Formats: sequence, structure tokens, C-alpha cells
Amino acid sequence: MKPINNSTMDNDELIALVEKMPAFPNSVQRIIQLTSDINSSGKEIVEVIESDPVMTVKILKVINSPFYGLPKKINSIQRAVVYIGMNTIKNLALSVASIGVLNPKNKAGFNTHAFLLHSLTTAAICKKLAERQGVPQADCSDFFVAGLLHDFGKVVFAEFKAEDFRKALQKSAAEQISLHRCESECIGMDHSQAGALLAEKWAFDQLLVDAINHHHASNPHHLLTQCLFAANQISKKMEFGHSGNSIVEEFPPAVDSLFGMGLNELIESWEDLTTLRSEALSFISGT
Amino acid sequence: MKVTFRGVRGSIPTPGPSTLKYGGNTTCIEIRTAVDDLIILDAGTGIHALAQRLDPKLPIQAHIFITHTHWDHIQGLPFFTPIFRPGNQIDIYGGLDPVTGEGIERCMKVQLQYSFFPIREAELKTKLSYHTLLPGKTVTAGTASITPTILNHPVLNFGYRVECDGHSLFFTGDYEPPYNIYQPDEPDHNEYQSHVDAKLAEVAAAMANVDALIVDSSYTDQEYLSKRGWGHGTYRSALTMAAQANAAKLFFTHHEPGRTDQELDRLFQQLREENHDAPFQIEMAREGVEYTF
Ligand SMILES: [Zn+2]
Ligand SMILES: [Zn+2]
Repeated sequence: MKPINNSTMDNDELIALVEKMPAFPNSVQRIIQLTSDINSSGKEIVEVIESDPVMTVKILKVINSPFYGLPKKINSIQRAVVYIGMNTIKNLALSVASIGVLNPKNKAGFNTHAFLLHSLTTAAICKKLAERQGVPQADCSDFFVAGLLHDFGKVVFAEFKAEDFRKALQKSAAEQISLHRCESECIGMDHSQAGALLAEKWAFDQLLVDAINHHHASNPHHLLTQCLFAANQISKKMEFGHSGNSIVEEFPPAVDSLFGMGLNELIESWEDLTTLRSEALSFISGT
Repeated sequence: MKVTFRGVRGSIPTPGPSTLKYGGNTTCIEIRTAVDDLIILDAGTGIHALAQRLDPKLPIQAHIFITHTHWDHIQGLPFFTPIFRPGNQIDIYGGLDPVTGEGIERCMKVQLQYSFFPIREAELKTKLSYHTLLPGKTVTAGTASITPTILNHPVLNFGYRVECDGHSLFFTGDYEPPYNIYQPDEPDHNEYQSHVDAKLAEVAAAMANVDALIVDSSYTDQEYLSKRGWGHGTYRSALTMAAQANAAKLFFTHHEPGRTDQELDRLFQQLREENHDAPFQIEMAREGVEYTF
């Protein structure tokens, strides 16, 4: 992966900055509520963490660090809870919450609420696609997490490369070119590369790193990447939230043959697709 | 392998007439190998009594393994008197706390401050060496080898498997076996259960076939009803563990501070009657009692 081409920030600096990156306002608020209530349920804590890409990233980063030398990488928050204990996960979430909240009015003009809805619906669709393909239940959460984190690079850009990212967003909208192409031009790296670079640095599961890296690739290989590709396009086509990129890409041959149909057909065959959006919305707007 | 309980009490020391038999000191286990290597599991207040028995004229080499940094497991550390004499070698082992990102050195750094203790760490005569352990990675201490496994508790807690002289022991530290946070009719139930089952299998493998399994058995089933999620096990969960691990002898420890000698005797008798045909022996851990394996 090539480094971000900017004289003022190198990759290590970016990684250090992300440590201090706050999470989304609603989950921060709910974590603070839940951790001040001795009777709060573990389920709710898991639910909040799983609905916030920043919290999820930070917890997976700790649990996958070499200090816990796990035989198998942990992609799911549920498994992290069982492995390291509910209280530790709760305290980790609280320490993320104590950093503050992500500013919804970033200088890049990037709508973080719409972004979150896009990420969450992509996650839910990706998981459903895995179930549809007969992936074992315990592995389906890997698909959810891939959907949740695939665009993580964009929040990082909005937070730390705001000027350049704003240009990329504008160019993509004005010229109807895919955002990742414009990012490469304006930032020297696109969000899938940035996300993959971070995920790799944090020792995430290689399949997850690859899925983030190749979610815009013209010929995605692994099942995880293929489902993610499809989920991302479905979420965009349905206009569930917005990730700063309006271009919907057709399924590449591998994705097409995996589902035995193209994007539009897949959407049409899916009866309760819009309920995924309302479920995701209820997570973000707090219940 | 010689094993002596130096502290068997949970939470807070409980000296007094009602705890004379089982003892009132908090968690500490002394292990001696055939060549007299000294391995200590946890540094509750029981470690002070252990220190009193060491010959002050001889240089001491001690390997102290901390399961977790709750007070009742580290409080005796500043009172382990060999740290005040030059020429001793004290090695302290433990995990990296996921929340603070700090290693086991923190438990001395925090305790040895003027507000809490009259001596600072820098003033100690003996050099302490700290070792951060990785779960599943075996380390050697003298002729013993020790392997940590993460066990569920409100802070990072290592259970330790100790092997020496062809014998083995496993101590859980404080441990509440994980349970499903979802109801059977909730969609996440099955997936969560698969993670729980995988973790329980990992724990059973870590304890497999030990001569001595020493388990946090703080609660009765009745008490546990109102203490779920507090991070401690029950007599029943200990029995299940011993059966799954195929242990030869099970020790119940981390006795509740309010538990009197009389109550422990009564509970023990009841447990013995209920489990007379169990394929392993059971014992209540008792301060000062030594076992040889
Ligand atoms: Zn304890
Ligand atoms: Zn404890």
C-alpha cells in the first residue's frame, strides 16, 4: 500500500491520531448512560458498540493486539465479550466515550449521520447475504463487521484530512465520478486503502483487511468481499443514508454469479429490505 | 510439588474467632518444586505469613504470579518482606490490562505512593523484575512451567496452570464462568452460545488432567441468584469444572468473608455427601495446610 502523499502526515501519525478519534454522539451518550447504571444489560452494551464503527474498531484493536495472543482473530464484539469479559468491554467502551463525540459539522462537510446509516445498513445487508449463502451462524457477524467498517477510512479523512476530503467529495458530486477515484487524486489514497492500512496495523483478521481493501475492486475474490461489495451497492441504490458517493456500481461477474442475479434483481427479490433501514435508524437515533 | 494455602479468603481479610480454622487472610498459594523453587500465586494478605517463614539469612528468589489486580489479590505485595532486603530476587508476573494498557508493574506503582504507603518503590532494596505474560504462552520459573489463560472476571484475570516434577495444578484466580446474555428466543442467542461453548472448551483444555484444581467457589446456588455478573463462581460451577477437566482433586477457595468456620464445615459436609461418587476428591482450601503431589 502506498503511503498517504502529504508532507505533513505519515501513516504512523495517522494511526496515532485515530487513537484519539471520538465515537459517534449517540453511542457515546448511550454508553455513558449504560455504564452509570449498575443494572444495565450486557446486551445493550453490545448493541451500542456494534452500531458504531469507531467503538467497534477500538475494541477490536485492543482484543486483537499481540498482548492477547489469540489463536483466532476476533471480528465480533460478542466474541470479544465472551473472551475478555463483559466488564472489560464496558470499560473499554467507556474509555472511548470519555474522549468526546465526533463533530457532526466537520470541516469536510461530510454528513456523519448519513454515513452511519449507510455503514449500519451495509452491515445488516452484508450479514443477511451471508445467511442467504449458508454461512454458519457464528461467522455471520464477521460479515456484519465488514459492512460496518468498510468505509471507516472516510470518517478518518473527514476528521484528519478535512480539506482534501472536502475537495474529493465536491469533485465526485460535480463530475459524477466514484468518490474513491477522487480521493486518490485529492488525498493520494482512497478510503478503502486507508481503512485497510489501519486494519492491518491493528492486526485485524486478514480476511477483514482484504474485504475493506477490495470493496470497490473490479473482481472481488473472497465470499466476504463479494457480499460486502453487493451490500454496499444495495445500500447505495436504496439510498439508505449516504456515504458521500452517489455512484452505484453494477455487480462484477463474480458477484453476479454468486447470487445468480444482478443488483436490481437481487433488490427486487428482497421483500423486507426497507425494514433493515428502520432498524438501523432506531439504533442511531436512540431508543 | 508441594502446595500450601497461605490465604483462602475473598474480598477482605477476616481475622477473628469465627475464622480460626480456615483462616482469614486473602488469596495466596505457595508452591515448592522438588528443588525448592518458590512459586507464589497471588499476593493477598496471606503472603505476609509466607514471608515470615522464609529464612532471613538466605537470599530469596521468588516468582510471584498475579491472577488479577483486585485488592484482595495484591494487597500483601508491599508486605512481602524480602523486597526490603538487598540481594533477593523477586519476579512478578501478570497480564497487560486491556483498558489501561499497563502491565503488572502498575500494581506496585499504585500501591507504593506516600499517600498509601510509607515507602516508595524507588526505595526498595531488592530489584523487582516485572514480566508481562501472554495468554496461552508458557513461561518457566525455576523448574516449573506456568501457562496463563484468560478467565472471566470484571478485570483481566489469568488462571494459571503450573507444572513441575511431573505434576500439575490449575488455579482460577477469581472466575465466573461465562453465560449467555441472550434469552433462548432472541436471535443472537445461538451465536453467543457458540462463543461461550468455545471459551468453556478452551478453559477445560487448559485445566485438563491436573492433580489439583483450585477454584473460586465464592457462592452457593442460592447466593449466586443475586450475584450473577459479579465475577465469581459457585460450588456447583467448580464441581462442573473439575468433572470436565478430569481433575484428581478439587479445592474450593475464595471463601466469602462472612462465611464462618462452622458454615464452611457444614457446606463441606453437604458437598461431600452430595458428591461421594464423584471421580475426583474435594477439599475446602484451608490456610496453612500443605499438600504434596
Ligand atoms: Zn478476589
Ligand atoms: Zn477479583
